Amino acid sequence: MLGKLSWEAIPFHEPIVMVTLAIIALGGLALFAGITYFKKWTYLWTEWLTSVDHKKIGVMYIIVAMVMLLRGFADAIMMRTQLAMATEGSPGYLPPEHYDQIFTAHGVIMIIFMAMPFFTGLMNLAVPLQIGARDVAYPFLNSLSFWLLVSGVVLINVSLGVGEFAKTGWVAYPPLSGLQYSPGVGVDYYIWALQLSGLGTTLTGVNFLATVLKMRTPGMKLMDMPIFTWTCTWANVLIVASFPILTATLALLTLDRYMDFHIFTNELGGNPMMYVNLFWAWGHPEVYILILPAFGIFSEVISTFSGKKLFGHHSMIYASGAISVLGFMVWLHHFFTMGSGASVNAFFGLATMLISIPTGVKLFNWLFTIYQGRLRFTSHVLWTLGFMVTFAIGGMTGVLLAIPGADFVLHNSLFVIAHFHNVIIGGAVFGYIAGFAFYFPKAFGFKLHEGWGKAAFWFWISGFFVAFMPLYALGFMGMTRRLNATTNPEWVPYLYVAMFGAVMIAVGIACQLIQLYVSVRDRKKPENMCEHGDPWNAHTLEWSTSSPPPFYNFAVLPKAETIDPFTEAKEAGTAYQVPAKYEPIHMPNNTATGVVMGALLTVFGFAMIWHIWWLAIVSLVGTVAYFVIHAARDDQGYMVPVDVIERIEAEQHKRLVAAGKVPATATRVETSLEQA
Amino acid sequence: MSNLVTNVGHAHGHDHGHDDHHHDSGEMTVFGFWLYLMTDCILFASIFAVYAVLVNNVAGGPSGHEIFELPYVLGETALLLFSSITYGFAMLALFKGKKTQVLGWLAMTFLLGAGFIAMEINEFHILIAEGYGPSRSGFLSGFFTLVGTHGLHVTSGLIWMAIMMYQVQKNGLTATNKTRLSCLSLFWHFLDVVWICVFTVVYLMGTL
Repeated sequence: MLGKLSWEAIPFHEPIVMVTLAIIALGGLALFAGITYFKKWTYLWTEWLTSVDHKKIGVMYIIVAMVMLLRGFADAIMMRTQLAMATEGSPGYLPPEHYDQIFTAHGVIMIIFMAMPFFTGLMNLAVPLQIGARDVAYPFLNSLSFWLLVSGVVLINVSLGVGEFAKTGWVAYPPLSGLQYSPGVGVDYYIWALQLSGLGTTLTGVNFLATVLKMRTPGMKLMDMPIFTWTCTWANVLIVASFPILTATLALLTLDRYMDFHIFTNELGGNPMMYVNLFWAWGHPEVYILILPAFGIFSEVISTFSGKKLFGHHSMIYASGAISVLGFMVWLHHFFTMGSGASVNAFFGLATMLISIPTGVKLFNWLFTIYQGRLRFTSHVLWTLGFMVTFAIGGMTGVLLAIPGADFVLHNSLFVIAHFHNVIIGGAVFGYIAGFAFYFPKAFGFKLHEGWGKAAFWFWISGFFVAFMPLYALGFMGMTRRLNATTNPEWVPYLYVAMFGAVMIAVGIACQLIQLYVSVRDRKKPENMCEHGDPWNAHTLEWSTSSPPPFYNFAVLPKAETIDPFTEAKEAGTAYQVPAKYEPIHMPNNTATGVVMGALLTVFGFAMIWHIWWLAIVSLVGTVAYFVIHAARDDQGYMVPVDVIERIEAEQHKRLVAAGKVPATATRVETSLEQA
Repeated sequence: MSNLVTNVGHAHGHDHGHDDHHHDSGEMTVFGFWLYLMTDCILFASIFAVYAVLVNNVAGGPSGHEIFELPYVLGETALLLFSSITYGFAMLALFKGKKTQVLGWLAMTFLLGAGFIAMEINEFHILIAEGYGPSRSGFLSGFFTLVGTHGLHVTSGLIWMAIMMYQVQKNGLTATNKTRLSCLSLFWHFLDVVWICVFTVVYLMGTL
């Protein structure tokens, strides 16, 4: 009836897990009670959970990313503490089977459930606004993508309390991840959490590609799209080209584990190395999916706060494209030691080194943008400058690893760990945090506290160097990754320093939480409010509408004929013009289908993990049936009446007058729509 | 110079009204579905690659040469290819706005597709009964995965087709139904193309 599920699945005998669960339960209860007490359930349901508004979906993505950042970081600090304690014969406080789950969960969470939703959230928030669109191409699909991600998040967190998580490392290589060596449900949690959220990511890629290709405001040429939109577009190209490989690979591993297939097994003709190839054919483009949008954020930030047009807008687009294409030709560098032979290794080594050329182009573009500009040293700019230094170092250690001979020495050592944290923290994470601070005022109408933001930056960057530079050294000294205890006394001081660095990063995260609290508390102070919409004197269309933008984004679709249309309009004195009259706007209706399908698929995943076949069938059929009924309703959306638009735009006009952006006496202008 | 509040004849404008939006969103839906098909294409490409790697790993079991029956598979192939033609006729009838003809051709397509699936299930059944199931060898795992994934796609297409026949019967040839039949058309022909690859790579190259 319940498959493999029984009371024994709950780890009562593990005090660390039980205390964590108790804290989560108390927190969840407090949240539930709070929402109930303030009677916010209806508001939450109608305004957020069932919303198809890209801005709200974006905010929800980022909330999920931040919660999962805390979860993933908790894993990180547990590992560093364990390694600082478990030296010279001491076992530390984490038993091996628990430690193995922690490093697996840390990797999966940080990549799939922190970085991916953070990027997707920023993309949701900004891209439709940047191209002057009123929503994405398929608003319902966008909601469904988000809820598929949540399904994955729920499953990976349920694994904490019911059963176990994979002990295989985040790559889950067979035969270790096969049934023979991982008979428990850990790998199954891994499979279904990744499969569901990966499906959501594929749909997001399709959705945003269609959005930028079909929904640009009149006059905006492809090459004139803002750089963040462009880097997201390249990331989406990578998504649609690489995530299906992950889907296929996980499905094949599923067949091996559930139906006794021999695709990746060690016996009867299976080929485990094929999994490794397929995994990285997805996994390497995946890291470019994470980093490219961060490059876009840095470009927006540096151009905005230098008060200049981005240097080499077109070369930035081509460089991103080159990185995307090359990103598909380097996967083998993750396993030079497989033994593919000298020529194959040399090809992939060279292809890997080639990537540093377009990346170098980008770095110089940013530097030339700063050159002769008037750089304002805001927290966003600090993150960007910190990124440029940190990422350059990480990139160079990457080029070092790209030499197959060197890689044979460094493979699976802490040098590799130091390298990829160097580029992912110093690149993607810094970019997302900069983007968070940059776009926060757009989403909420008030700015984040700069002082706490800068404090967070200094703790993060110094903590990063203190935590990871010792790992480069440890790698050279021969320490391999995924050890839960060490015996070499020479490593101990480095492990202590690394642990201290992790604590510094923890202080940085604490600064960010305080920053959020302080900013929300002081949101009504005049110097923090920016509901008029343009707090940074920025260049692109998303800043030409109010903050938060009206649900329809633009009362009249803006015209964009250059790279920085908003700057041009401000300089020409044509920004914020009020048209003589408005037209009704077509908008999609909210729908519960996304959240219901997400919930049913979570049940499906859980049932598959625990081999509860009847429940799996019921929930899958339920999902399909619910979707068919949704489709049969054929909801065509609704028209926003002119008086509603008039009212909302009049409020915005008042704010603009109060902010001194437009004279109170401004007259309405004819638009070419009426002339036509 | 740039003027931010200029709107050049956008389809969402009032003058064009609601119907134009249908047209606009229909085109966009088909385009998005085409993008989705490309992701599906990569999924199949991955599984083809896996099959190519595993094809010689027979582990003492049978090779394709010993178990494939080309005439039988040719029959299967004929059913699927004819179903693409009949779907094409359904689309022609759709453009002419002839509801009964659309339903007729869709029913014909459904029967041909169902015949294909029935033959495939029969082939799988015979293989498994002879002890040549997917657990026998890497080659057979790859074979059942590739052919089975295609079969699952065709089955989904059949379910979709059945729903569309009901929708057309109930609501007629509405704009939405036209869009959805266009998407299904892309899907159906795409599966045909994939099958031609399966037929070539698995069956022809396996028996040569």
